[in-house]
Amino acid sequence: MHALLTGPIFYLSSGVCIIGMVVRLYLYFKGLSWQLDRVAYKQYPVMGFKGAVRSIYKWLIPYGTYGWRSQPVMAAAFFGFHLGVVLIPLFLIGHNVFMAEKLGFSLFTISACTADILAWVAVASLFFLILRRLVLAEVRIMTDRKDWGVLLISMAPFMTGMLARYGVGDYSFWINAHILTGEIVLLAIPFTKLSHVFLFFASRAQLGMDFGIKRGGLKGTKMAW
Amino acid sequence: MPEGTLCNKKPVDTAQGITTLLADQSGKTYYQEMKSLEIDSDLLWKTIQNTCKSRIRTWLEICAHCGMCADSCFLYLANDRDPKQVPAYKIQSTLGEIIKKKGKVDNAFMLHAMEVAWAQCTCCNRCGTYCPHGIDTGIMFGYLRGLLYQQGFVPWEMKIGAGMHRVYQAQMDISSEDYIDTFEWMVEEYEDEYPGLTVPVDVEDADIMYTVNAREAKHYPEDLAEAAILFHIAGEKWTVPTKGWELTSLAMFAGDWAACKIQVQSVYDAMERLKPKRMIGTECGHAHRATVVEGPYWAGLKSGRPPVESIHYIEWLAEALRSGKLKIDPAKRIKEKCTLQDSCNYVRNHGLRDTAREILSYIVEPGYFIDMDPNRQHNFCCGGGGGFNGIGYFRKQRNVGLKVKRDQILATGATLVIAPCHNCWDAIRDLEEEYEIGIRWSFLKPLIIEMLEIPEHLKPVEEE
Repeated sequence: MHALLTGPIFYLSSGVCIIGMVVRLYLYFKGLSWQLDRVAYKQYPVMGFKGAVRSIYKWLIPYGTYGWRSQPVMAAAFFGFHLGVVLIPLFLIGHNVFMAEKLGFSLFTISACTADILAWVAVASLFFLILRRLVLAEVRIMTDRKDWGVLLISMAPFMTGMLARYGVGDYSFWINAHILTGEIVLLAIPFTKLSHVFLFFASRAQLGMDFGIKRGGLKGTKMAW
Repeated sequence: MPEGTLCNKKPVDTAQGITTLLADQSGKTYYQEMKSLEIDSDLLWKTIQNTCKSRIRTWLEICAHCGMCADSCFLYLANDRDPKQVPAYKIQSTLGEIIKKKGKVDNAFMLHAMEVAWAQCTCCNRCGTYCPHGIDTGIMFGYLRGLLYQQGFVPWEMKIGAGMHRVYQAQMDISSEDYIDTFEWMVEEYEDEYPGLTVPVDVEDADIMYTVNAREAKHYPEDLAEAAILFHIAGEKWTVPTKGWELTSLAMFAGDWAACKIQVQSVYDAMERLKPKRMIGTECGHAHRATVVEGPYWAGLKSGRPPVESIHYIEWLAEALRSGKLKIDPAKRIKEKCTLQDSCNYVRNHGLRDTAREILSYIVEPGYFIDMDPNRQHNFCCGGGGGFNGIGYFRKQRNVGLKVKRDQILATGATLVIAPCHNCWDAIRDLEEEYEIGIRWSFLKPLIIEMLEIPEHLKPVEEE
């Protein structure tokens, strides 16, 4: 089972994820239309590029925008959760050892202590986000099965990884469950709302171009959206 | 009844058609017929497939349903935080559903969608600034309005307004002759006070081609005279076109994209004909957005810009004050607590966030200007944008929506609200009528005329 999960299924899920992301990103930008979107993308490439970068950059900075600052608690939970779910999978030592073995390359790594802190912050933030979804009427009204599904899918490798990390019960069971649920995430990324992991950049870039070119950018006004 | 005689899928493009619709008082029969209007689901779905591309589809798909847009919406706040007023919910439950169902929706759904599209969103685009994913719900509501218009589900006044643009290339039934006559008549009224005051009509190669809101010609002709006076005193070489003088676009509010193109093309034709150096539009927000910001795209101009440089009236005023073309008598500056209504259409959606403030720095005695909170690009819609002001069918909802602006104004303690935008001006007038908070409101033109230093050579000659 372990060999299957770390062998063919790993390559398959990684391949589907990467190819899926590339195809969807290509289709996204191919689907942009200057006349339908009413943005002269190609006429002002420099202004468009600057607007796109500004929009992405500002929104990636905690409290970097008016929107983030106006909802400080939500912003804390959002970044608490996303820092963990982005940094740990990419930079945990264990993951990079695995990547070096399977893919022939590895990335910068973070210490186990840093990973622990990030993980606990992410778990706390996640519970806040779940609570928020249950309690706040303005969130509850929109929450559907897909939202819970995405939360479940993205929580699963986290929880199983934590259980394996702290040696709760059978390590080999949890590590296999961790790999399997991680691979489910990889497979889900191009086809579900998890596509926001890459479409966030596309969507923000588009709105950044819109404001960078049409809605104020050519007037010299830099607005971060 | 698949198609009504008044309420149907066909745009109004004759004067007779407009007269017939206008004769139906408050659209009583029109809305009655709408309740039986059938949906052409095939056309709806085909239109979506042809026009709903990756931007909007991605927005609908990746919306995390996080509710962060809720507090950004003045209608959500004004309606006691009703979760049904959350922008993401409003668009997902209308446009999102139409797409999910591939256009197979019924009459009751479309009636509901019409209310949401015109009475629960003014397309102010504020929610777009709150969404981490960069989802601009206002843009999607603009798109939804187009789909609803195509199916005949459009408020009565919007259908008439779009028809006016198709027939008269103006939002009201004003002919070119009527317009020029009104302008000339108003200017004549002020000739004694301002010797040499004229309306240069159809002058080629002028520095400025001035365009207006038809409401000025119909209801506020003083505004035309004020524009002429200010250009005259500033020594501008300006002109008005006999055709293509209307800056506004109710067609944009209606979602009638073909009419948008007809309207904006008439102004661009005037630019091509008269070859002015610049076009300056009156103190109107949506009109600027329609003709200067969105218009080039409807007209198929790949540059995304009108044929000649086009600026908002406040840009010209700021420039004239800065350069000394217009001089303010410091003794006559405003000494009354005042505030400024930022128009969504040229502030949030065209970056002019400091221009009006520069003007105020010349005309308001220091210490008397108090900004609203929030302000500039974060300001709330006046409460009547996107056509909301003009729709009788949704008047109650509009009046509720005014509460946020009312409270913003009250918090400043101002008794004068400066509103360089027709829609904002109307909404603030209506909120005073509805809530009686003791304010007055004004465009910039009349305020500035009152405090101008008139150059000696432009003053009337005193009779011996």
